[in-house]
Amino acid sequence: MLRIVNFAYGQLIMIAAYMLVFTQGWGDAGAILIAVAAAVFASLVMERVTFRPLRTTSPATVLVATFAISYLLQNVALLRYTYQNRPVGDSVGVLGGLNRAAEIGSLHVRWITFVAIGAGVVSLVALALLLNRTSIGLQMRAAATDFHTARLLGVKANTVIMAAVAVSGVLAAVSAVILTIQSPQVTNTTGLNETIFVLVGVVVGGMNRLLSATLGGFAIGFANSFLGFELATQGSNSGTAVPFTSSVYLPSVIYVLVILVLLFRPAGLFARHGQAAVERV
Amino acid sequence: MRGVRTAPRFEGGESFRRRVDDTVQLLGPLALVVVLALIASQTVNAADDVKFRTAIVNVAIVVALYVFVGNSGVLSFGQVSFVAVGAFAAGLLTVPADVKPGVLPQLFPFLRDHSISNPWSLTLAAGLGAVYALVVGVPLMRLSGLAAGIATFAVLGITYNILTYWTRIGPGATTLTLIPVTTDYLQATVGAVAVIAIAFAYQRSRWGRQLRATREDPAAAQAAGIDVHRQRLWAFVLSGALSGFAGGLLVHLPPGSITTNQVYLDLTFLTLAMLVVGGAHSLFGAVAGAIGISLVNILLQNGENGIHVVGWKISLPQGSSLVGVAIVMLVVLLLRPSGLTGGREFAIPRRLRRRPGAEPPAPAPEPGV
Repeated sequence: MLRIVNFAYGQLIMIAAYMLVFTQGWGDAGAILIAVAAAVFASLVMERVTFRPLRTTSPATVLVATFAISYLLQNVALLRYTYQNRPVGDSVGVLGGLNRAAEIGSLHVRWITFVAIGAGVVSLVALALLLNRTSIGLQMRAAATDFHTARLLGVKANTVIMAAVAVSGVLAAVSAVILTIQSPQVTNTTGLNETIFVLVGVVVGGMNRLLSATLGGFAIGFANSFLGFELATQGSNSGTAVPFTSSVYLPSVIYVLVILVLLFRPAGLFARHGQAAVERV
Repeated sequence: MRGVRTAPRFEGGESFRRRVDDTVQLLGPLALVVVLALIASQTVNAADDVKFRTAIVNVAIVVALYVFVGNSGVLSFGQVSFVAVGAFAAGLLTVPADVKPGVLPQLFPFLRDHSISNPWSLTLAAGLGAVYALVVGVPLMRLSGLAAGIATFAVLGITYNILTYWTRIGPGATTLTLIPVTTDYLQATVGAVAVIAIAFAYQRSRWGRQLRATREDPAAAQAAGIDVHRQRLWAFVLSGALSGFAGGLLVHLPPGSITTNQVYLDLTFLTLAMLVVGGAHSLFGAVAGAIGISLVNILLQNGENGIHVVGWKISLPQGSSLVGVAIVMLVVLLLRPSGLTGGREFAIPRRLRRRPGAEPPAPAPEPGV
């Protein structure tokens, strides 16, 4: 919303996931609470230590700074394994029961699939309510539209940004819980690939409204699944086949689509017409 | 910048001193590289040798990055793609032709059955880097800010993805080996010096100055008749050529092997850190940052292997070096957002060259990042 692009968002997910590892045995509810608290705390620290001092500098500087934080946290997490001299990865058992399959007729679907969809819907509704029905939400939207004017009208910059950052921390923790149930292995690169795709989704959708950003996320998700299905699974690795007909090239196809969107609809696929705000970052 | 100074004074020696200043601006960065190379080649043991040669090649990569990012003020995560293309082209074509069909049977015949000499491989790397940058740059140079950052990141992702899986143009996910090791201290230093000299000539040229004007104020520059898109494109292509060339230097470093992961996110992060720490707006910053971060990196890498301090062996865990680099980068960003050099070019400190009665007007500092 505030057009601060945070490359280190994936590392918030990673921090929350590690909290789930460390708190095994505290019960599921306790572990999740701690994870949420840790992610919110980490995001607030990030805001205080980097975003706030750099607020007056150029967007590129902030982007590079979050890139540095992302690297810092990934490698600090890596130290955990190299220090103890063991292979990378910790397993998590929180809410493991959700991996059991639910049977609907002849279909077997893991419970977590439903939980993930449910959590997504609940988060979206909660976020929409926060943005549209509360004072702080109104302030956030005002700040997103025009930061300077919003401040002139009495919106406290620090409060708004901290609130936004805290919300992003909560959402990171929710993602961490769902991701670790789906694949219960936590490594120093947990959340990294998700961040890249999510950033791309938000930029493709249009980042100044919740709805357009969400649709962008869905667009990338669908494009991913659909193309992954369409691109044959054998393909060019055999050397003689037609090149680029293998699903290993899926990332390239997605990236090309992203570049096309950036070139032809710079404000995003789902942005309102005439709404091409210049990003702060 | 020269143009910033106030009305010229027609005193004897003024133009001479300007010429000296200009020369000093170029000689400062060059001297840093040459001195590093001389000291390292004479004193460093065999184990550290490769690291110092890599440091000098890193100078070339960072200066290539600077040619675009520093002069245009537009962020690019994509320059390492050109390094990758240059590295793999130069590497593949210098592997002896008689062993290639055995190790890489799926290559296109023109890649598989030919091999070229070291100088030609560097030329080819520069040429391919330029062509690739031109193809990518024509559409992408219309973007700026965040969009440019994401789009160039996408280019890096595509390059990595295709190089990792398309086995007809490269080794795919395996390691390319048997590359002749030709980047000794001489080749690394001459290469880095050439890249610095070209970057300097460019930033002093008409085109370079036009691009720097668009960096300071795009609207005013456009109003003055500067074609922003074209100037950015030229810088991008030149940067692509230099990056490809630097990739050629990189691939010929010992042990003569390369994987796609070596020219992906880690190198992107490291080179960006070097540029930002040194100061993205000056050539001197790019060179000083590259050398400074390289030295920190080497120190920490040696720490990972264990350092003996008065009878105690201290060894840092693997991965400490990138943690250290990230911390240095963050601290510099927070304390000096425009880098250690503050975006200024190298100059002899004022008090060492003051002459009675001829105090020059203070040059206006360039605005920060």
